[in-house]
Amino acid sequence: MENLSLGLEAVEEIASLKISNRKIMGRKPMDFFLFAFTWLGIGITAAVLLFVVGYVLINGLPHIRPSLFAVQFTTENQSLFPALMGTLMILGLALVLAVPLGIFSAIFLVEYATRGSRFVKIVRLTTETLAGIPSIVYGLFGFIFFGVFLGWGLSLMSGAFTVSIMILPLIMRTTEESLKSVPDTYREGSFGLGAGRLRTVMRIVLPAATPGILAGIILTIGRIIGETAAIIFTLGNVARMPNHLFDTGRTLSAHMYALANEGTHPGEAHATAAVLLLVVILINALSSWIAKFVKS
Amino acid sequence: MGQRPLGKAEPNWSFERWLLRGFNREFAAKILFATSACAAILAVGLICVFLFIQGLPAIGNIGIFNFLTGTEWRPTWTPPLFGILPMIVGSLYITAGAIFFGVPVGIFTAVFMAKFCPRFVYVVLKPAVNLLAGIPSVVYGYFGMVVLVPFVRNHFGGNGNSILTASLLLGMMILPTIITISESAIRAIPQEMYGGAVALGASHERATFFVVLPAAKSGVMASIVLGIGRAVGETMAVRMVAGNQAVMRMPHEFLLGARTLTSNVVIELGYAYGDHRAALIATGVVLFVFILLINALFGMLKKRGDN
Amino acid sequence: MNKFSIKNMNLWYRDFQALHGINIEIPAHQITAFIGPSGCGKSTLIKSLNRMNDLVEGCRIEGEILLDGQDIYGGIDVNALRKRVGMVFQKPNPFPMSVYDNIAYGPRTHGIKSKFKLNEIVEKSLYDAAIWDELKDRLKKSALSLSGGQQQRLCIARALSVQPDVLLMDEPTSALDPISTAKIEELTIKLKKDYTIVIVTHNMQQAVRISDNTGFFLLGEMIEYSDTEKLFSIPKDKRTEDYITGRFG
Repeated sequence: MENLSLGLEAVEEIASLKISNRKIMGRKPMDFFLFAFTWLGIGITAAVLLFVVGYVLINGLPHIRPSLFAVQFTTENQSLFPALMGTLMILGLALVLAVPLGIFSAIFLVEYATRGSRFVKIVRLTTETLAGIPSIVYGLFGFIFFGVFLGWGLSLMSGAFTVSIMILPLIMRTTEESLKSVPDTYREGSFGLGAGRLRTVMRIVLPAATPGILAGIILTIGRIIGETAAIIFTLGNVARMPNHLFDTGRTLSAHMYALANEGTHPGEAHATAAVLLLVVILINALSSWIAKFVKS
Repeated sequence: MGQRPLGKAEPNWSFERWLLRGFNREFAAKILFATSACAAILAVGLICVFLFIQGLPAIGNIGIFNFLTGTEWRPTWTPPLFGILPMIVGSLYITAGAIFFGVPVGIFTAVFMAKFCPRFVYVVLKPAVNLLAGIPSVVYGYFGMVVLVPFVRNHFGGNGNSILTASLLLGMMILPTIITISESAIRAIPQEMYGGAVALGASHERATFFVVLPAAKSGVMASIVLGIGRAVGETMAVRMVAGNQAVMRMPHEFLLGARTLTSNVVIELGYAYGDHRAALIATGVVLFVFILLINALFGMLKKRGDN
Repeated sequence: MNKFSIKNMNLWYRDFQALHGINIEIPAHQITAFIGPSGCGKSTLIKSLNRMNDLVEGCRIEGEILLDGQDIYGGIDVNALRKRVGMVFQKPNPFPMSVYDNIAYGPRTHGIKSKFKLNEIVEKSLYDAAIWDELKDRLKKSALSLSGGQQQRLCIARALSVQPDVLLMDEPTSALDPISTAKIEELTIKLKKDYTIVIVTHNMQQAVRISDNTGFFLLGEMIEYSDTEKLFSIPKDKRTEDYITGRFG
């Protein structure tokens, strides 16, 4: 028995030497299993993506009708228009708050701070912490702090501030990466001409890093649009358009959540899911398209 | 040859100069940037302070033992019972399930992308994985509700809203996290290591799985830990498919529903007040502490991977 | 007349002493070359002359560097110093913008806004760098689309645009082909009429071809400094002789 299996192995050894490494047949059993599992893994991943995206789009797209975009939300016509406007408002406000802050922080970390100093370490640590906090904890914090403590209640302001804290680490990280990818020779060239640090950063480094920063901001937009748990306790989940900064409303994903939970309007729910997914696909495509500029 | 003084040249108008006129611009800009960098510190400080100030007294009132090990969550009884053990256990089961489904698939996919993937497949696969990461959790949750719940109901029994369903869904959702971080860890392993193994007669598969993958161990572990963090923290998708009964479950009851720490907050915070609200905030504190521990572990593993 | 006088200069990168007791006089309107094996400190020294070393963390300097009698490390405006002491780097490093904007960046930095004046400066700088004829029709093109040799001459033009007294060149031809190198050497000789030039090179033939004075560096020390012809024909130090005859390096 022992001898036989050894002999078989030797035969296989020879076979696998003769036949090209890439061929499936003629592999040792172990190699074959590993090979098969690798393909199985990638197959499942691809299937998950195709199934989720395919299902949502195929079931959702036929339900997208003009009435979905009616200005007024009524019980009969569950328009997603107010939620769309709410999303845009949260998006605008959160970006206005977080983008300058994130970019300035990244500039400080990359262009000004002494590498490895205690301050930089603390900022790194807190940024990583922020990035790891789940959105429900942000929702809870926003509810306690902006809603109750500052008395802003369920409002655009509470929502936008909460979300802006959430996206801050994302913007900082992508901006840092982009700034670091600007070659030092540009900085040397500028300093060598007698330009100060501020001018070097503003006129040379930042323009060169812009595509990368933009790609990061666009990814962040995707994150904001998809956010739900942090939104429903800060902005609220009321189906109307906010009229002022301290008014409540809802975003698309909160709208989606409400529709799914009520379960009374499956068509609208399908359609809203499809719209959300389309927006995310668009954003991902846009982001990687811009990121290509960084490489070329 | 005239001596030019090395004095300060007085500059003309430009935007950033106008913006900061009257100050020492360089200094003012540095202060502005440094202040901005403090924002992250301030945010973490505020989050910690407000969660703990509001959550810890509640834990004190309920009694930390009663709170963490109590098996009854009855916020509307008089007197109410606030035991979150069912939720801790629920989070545990669902996270474990997600790891069970997501990690093997994720790691094999990562290996494929780093070592087996033809170029033309990679250019499609990479954006696809990024897209998987970008899909909002409500969309995943909705997909779970309309596809996975009936699937589990029809093929495994129960009403479909179950630990199993939530695990399957979360397993899908943590895939991109596992794939992305594991892939870069595998790519970071020097090519010589692979070459050395192949030169000794190892096949491509053998060299990849028995030499390269073990070398990337800490990076792969880091991806799993981060995946655990994602799974523990995920709220909307879980809440939409897990059934959400605040009842102690045993592992074999995976076809029944369970509630996680996150869904406990998201379900009840909207209408809770007084002690009930405080107990929910305390639930958030427990969740927050779990996440901090997981992140610390992730940081440690990542550091080890970098060295 | 001496442009730079360096007296008893020591330089550290954290705990590592990169330069030991350097004393050197650099005459105006001549080309002074620093040669030596890599890691000998010649690049470090040239970067001290316009304080580019300030950008390196943990860099500390002792001693005096006088430019026209004024200590450049004694509370002066660094940016004004760098305007007066221009620099050309090892690798051509044009900014990712048009040829025109590359040249205009310097004057704009120092407050010149008038379109007319800028046009004048751009033309003159490119002309002085002997690249005007090649580039006059491509001013709006990206500087990154030029060849390596053209990029380096563009960088020289950019350095000239702020009307410096001194031009520091840190191995300016090490990344270039022989034809571009010859053009830059020719240009350098032409420029010495108007500028004091300090050049670091690891190519001894280059030092012989273009420089008036040569300093030989080894392990952070200046071994020998004299007239180029003398240094290469009758070196005083044994180590200089070994180096120029190719026994090491």
